[in-house]
Amino acid sequence: MFAELSAPPFALALLVVLAGLLVAARLARSTVFWPLAALALLLAFNLFATRGFFSLEWKEGHLFGPAIDVLKNGSYVMLLSLGMTLVIATSGVDLSVGAVMAISGAVAAGLIERGGLPLPAVLAAALGVCVLVGLWNGVLVAVFRVQPLVATLVLMVAGRGVAMLITEGRRITIQRSYAGYDAFVYIGNGFLFYVPLAVTIVAVMLLLTALLTRKTALGLFIEAVGDNDTASRYAGVNARAVKLAAYTFSAFCAGVAGLIYASNIRTADPSKAGLYLELDAIMAVVIGGTALTGGRFRLIGSVVGALLIQTLTTTMLMHGLSSDQALVPKAVVVVAVCLLQSRVFRERVARLFRRPARRQPA
Amino acid sequence: MKLRLDARYIPVLASAGVLAGLYVLGCVLFGDRGFTSLRVVVDLLSENAFLGAAAIGATVVILSGGIDLSSGSIIALVSILIAVLCFDPALDPRQVGEIKQLLPAAWLPLHPAAAVLVALAVGTLLGTAMGCLIHFFRLPPFLVTLGGMFFARGLAFLIKTESLSIKHPFYIETIREDLRIALTAQVDMPFVVVCFAAIFVLGLVLMHWTRFGRNVYAIGGDEKSAVLMGLPVASTKIRGYTFAGFCSALAGVMYTFSLSKGDPAQAGVGLELDAIASAVIGGTLLSGGVGYLAGTLMGVLIFGLIQTLINFQGTLSAWWTRIAVGVLVLVFILLQNFVSAATRHVGSDRSDT
Amino acid sequence: MPEVSDSLLLEMRGISKAFPGVQALDGVPFRLRRGEVHGLMGENGAGKSTLIKVLTGVYRRDAGEITLDGVPVHPTSPQHAEAVGISTVYQEVNLIPHLSVAENVCLGRQPTRLGMIRWRAIRRRAEAALDKLGLALDVSRQLSSYSIAIQQMVAIARALDVRAKLLVLDEPTSSLDEKEVAELFAAVARLRERGLGIIFITHFLDQVYRVSDRITVLRNGGFVGEYETKDLPRIELIGRMIGKDPSAIAADGERRPSAGAAAAGEALVHVDGLRRRGSVGPLTMTIHRGEVVALAGLLGSGRTEAARLLFGIDRPDGGQIRVTGRPERIRSPRRAIRLGFAFTPEDRRYAGIIPNLSVRENIVLALQASRGTWRTLSRKRQVEIAGRFIEALDIKTPGPEQPIANLSGGNQQKVLLARWLATEPRLLILDEPTRGIDVGAKAEIEGLIARLREQGMAILFISSELEEVVRDSQRVVVLRDRAQIGELVGGAISEQAILHLIAGQETGGGDVR
Repeated sequence: MFAELSAPPFALALLVVLAGLLVAARLARSTVFWPLAALALLLAFNLFATRGFFSLEWKEGHLFGPAIDVLKNGSYVMLLSLGMTLVIATSGVDLSVGAVMAISGAVAAGLIERGGLPLPAVLAAALGVCVLVGLWNGVLVAVFRVQPLVATLVLMVAGRGVAMLITEGRRITIQRSYAGYDAFVYIGNGFLFYVPLAVTIVAVMLLLTALLTRKTALGLFIEAVGDNDTASRYAGVNARAVKLAAYTFSAFCAGVAGLIYASNIRTADPSKAGLYLELDAIMAVVIGGTALTGGRFRLIGSVVGALLIQTLTTTMLMHGLSSDQALVPKAVVVVAVCLLQSRVFRERVARLFRRPARRQPA
Repeated sequence: MKLRLDARYIPVLASAGVLAGLYVLGCVLFGDRGFTSLRVVVDLLSENAFLGAAAIGATVVILSGGIDLSSGSIIALVSILIAVLCFDPALDPRQVGEIKQLLPAAWLPLHPAAAVLVALAVGTLLGTAMGCLIHFFRLPPFLVTLGGMFFARGLAFLIKTESLSIKHPFYIETIREDLRIALTAQVDMPFVVVCFAAIFVLGLVLMHWTRFGRNVYAIGGDEKSAVLMGLPVASTKIRGYTFAGFCSALAGVMYTFSLSKGDPAQAGVGLELDAIASAVIGGTLLSGGVGYLAGTLMGVLIFGLIQTLINFQGTLSAWWTRIAVGVLVLVFILLQNFVSAATRHVGSDRSDT
Repeated sequence: MPEVSDSLLLEMRGISKAFPGVQALDGVPFRLRRGEVHGLMGENGAGKSTLIKVLTGVYRRDAGEITLDGVPVHPTSPQHAEAVGISTVYQEVNLIPHLSVAENVCLGRQPTRLGMIRWRAIRRRAEAALDKLGLALDVSRQLSSYSIAIQQMVAIARALDVRAKLLVLDEPTSSLDEKEVAELFAAVARLRERGLGIIFITHFLDQVYRVSDRITVLRNGGFVGEYETKDLPRIELIGRMIGKDPSAIAADGERRPSAGAAAAGEALVHVDGLRRRGSVGPLTMTIHRGEVVALAGLLGSGRTEAARLLFGIDRPDGGQIRVTGRPERIRSPRRAIRLGFAFTPEDRRYAGIIPNLSVRENIVLALQASRGTWRTLSRKRQVEIAGRFIEALDIKTPGPEQPIANLSGGNQQKVLLARWLATEPRLLILDEPTRGIDVGAKAEIEGLIARLREQGMAILFISSELEEVVRDSQRVVVLRDRAQIGELVGGAISEQAILHLIAGQETGGGDVR
């Protein structure tokens, strides 16, 4: 089952870059190292065992190929994981992002179908609705002190229903004849600088999130609240506002993802949009090194985690598994990552190998 | 004499109220269209029987302080497992495509009763495995059962990618015809309702008349105290997940009884959420320790009743069910917050701001 | 030591227990008679809780023997201890609030027939157990619908349900009011009549005198003495607990030269009748600028509770706080911080440090929080601020990016101080700032307090160490058993005076129940 070892230069270049990143991560003792290493391993596996994984084609002036598909199809989870990272960092979780994707697509498609609004207004409206939804979640968690799992469960259950209401129970197809068709469809299908626009959007959102968290005090506050809520409050941090912001931003990211999805399939499909993607997003965040209990977060780690999941899925697909059958390796990955993060597990394994116990720092 | 309302009964009573209110609403609005007939009640029970079975297991796990996301996928796995195990080419020559041979050829096709037992065992084992992972390694139940959900669903697809009908006479005749219970001249009750009643009674006995059940309540209520009180936390938690696995498997069996097929793609999709929502609407606290199986039964009936009402209405889309359920979940969550804040004793803990 | 007859129920001999870095118990003895209430007392680090944990099987002892009813016992777990006849009731009621009283009494041991629980038998058993305490309750009601005092007694009833010979009550009265304490003591008296041996751990001086027959005092892991309660004057008990011979203390003790000098500025904070049920109060005091006011008292006397009320963590039930003359409602720490308050809590780990964040981030957190989200401190400024304080307070850390959890306790405390000093507060509330810190760092912190005072800061200083209090403060508010009992100013401040206030006397001498 060996693919031709004369792999295209693209693959080699990619692996060299990854190797470089790995070395840098190791030197910086960054926790991004592990998911990055796993990704590199998977790509190396593909290099040898998956025919055509790295093949690239140049069509109509754009790049195509399985690797590009990974980036494009993974853009949804990458976006969701950005917001999810912030929420999980505050010791919460947001189960509603899949439903929010559906709502976002529904609003946009509905407005385009009705006509009369310029596209920027349509996009703004869709994202505005998502922001409101995020505020709703945030209020439930921060003001009413409802458990995040429970609070966001409500929308996970009801959100698609809301989206269905907006689309009046059908799947809205965005016809060529609608005003704004070209521009809207470009979002999910177009290319910018030879790379799908969706990928560029992800990069921009990543940059935006990084700026938001690192150039303002929000990142510090989120990490403080997630690490020690009580001490943060005593230090004067407005924990309530921080959590509100996190949930609102998560819904915003989901909104953007929903727009890309709807654009990509030229349809608003409330029953399918974002289905089970919240679970993938949570996995991506956990793989990326942010603990479920909150505290320090790694945006890059989450993105790498999302890429890992998507690469895994694509690899499975190319080996003949259907996307549903690929759930089995995904399950193994989830449990494996949890085990690795579990201190109890690590201690037992260490004892198994009878390594001398290292003293924990004071 | 002043009547003291024990605060812990408030959510369950609220559920009962909602159930009664919805039924009355249906009778008022659609009485002329046959809403008040016995058939409607029987249909309500039989259509939601397998959700009910899964919800019983979900409730026990939630009561112990955990959560189970795998029930829907186990239903799918169990259904396709049974279908494949009792597949007989002689009975269904038109079925083309690969039917995996899961057992030595001499044993196949299994009699459905044997297939059911195998499937129940598989589901139960999965539950035990998840419980062990959760307890021994302190893994978050949410993620472990999520993994279980992926695993079971993927496994179902690995067994067969499309649905498969069950044509065995045991299903066609015995289950669907002979085991129906005639209630009146026009109305008879499918066997699945009996199954549901059985698991409900079993669950009730377990939770209220065995030490295991009381330990579940204790551990869900305050695990730290339960440990100090010397209760067997490990075995109780694992048994809880095992029971939930069994209930999900049973629900899968009931699925096959109802639909005579196994379906990896469609069976149980989203059902775990419906089960959890039913438990919440039935007054079960998602933080654990509070709730009644009777409440879950009502939650399941409320769930089904909403769907029935919408069907009768005719013009509203089925998605209104989702919204109504979501609203109810929200109402009950806020209600629970309110009740637990009111019953928390002053001075027992410091306020924190 | 007084003679003990062969009604000796429990004898512990030579109990030693060490943890990494600290000898928690060193050859400690303990004796308990049948039908006796025996108080176990000691200040922080005395070893009381370690001794009890050894007795109840939570810890394995390093050395020594335990004999119960003449039989040697080696409890290996709380369940094992319970099986042997040693039952414990903890400070936090460790029962299941949502279950009924009857269930809580019998949980894990429910009477069954053919595997099925017999509910009526449970009810009867619970009622019988409560009857031993003189309680008649509706046992089918939810536990949480009863007051904490009743819940505590249900916990005791559960402990007794297993035919306990010995009952350990670990700080049972911390959350109870006067009436509830009386009920509890009545139940304890009944148990004593039945021949049970009871070990009673508490901080409340009045209570131990009310209810105990004998008192054992521990200090720093060592045995100080065993006394008949009625023969032990309060002042002596206190002296033994804190390790000072009251009669040997010079009347004015040692005081810092600067402590009395430089008159304080205008009144910054005035507290009038501040109180909170089950917590502390009423408190009345004034803190001036450029003044160090100390809250003195034994452990558990309500000092931290007072600080929490001032800083807005707890809300008062009554009384008033005035800041520069204006009445203020301090409802949250944010409000307190806006008024210029700062607070270093007693429990660093739980309420102070953000463990996985760096030293720099911990230092700038409060300052950044007060500036909001948008007006950020640039990384450069953060490093500069952190560096400034690391140097000024001599914080020993490899660098500002080190996670604070890696620092020693003393240095963590300094980081917390730095955090608040960076906000330039008007009032600095320090709750046990030198607890668990080496001598050198202690002196540095005391010096820092003096310097801050000279610069005009108002400081509320909570400490269990009387020498510190005497050395560093100009005004001492004395608390006992959650109430304010007096105030000492200036020249009147001395260890002896504080001790006498706590003991409740004007001069030395015996205090009889």
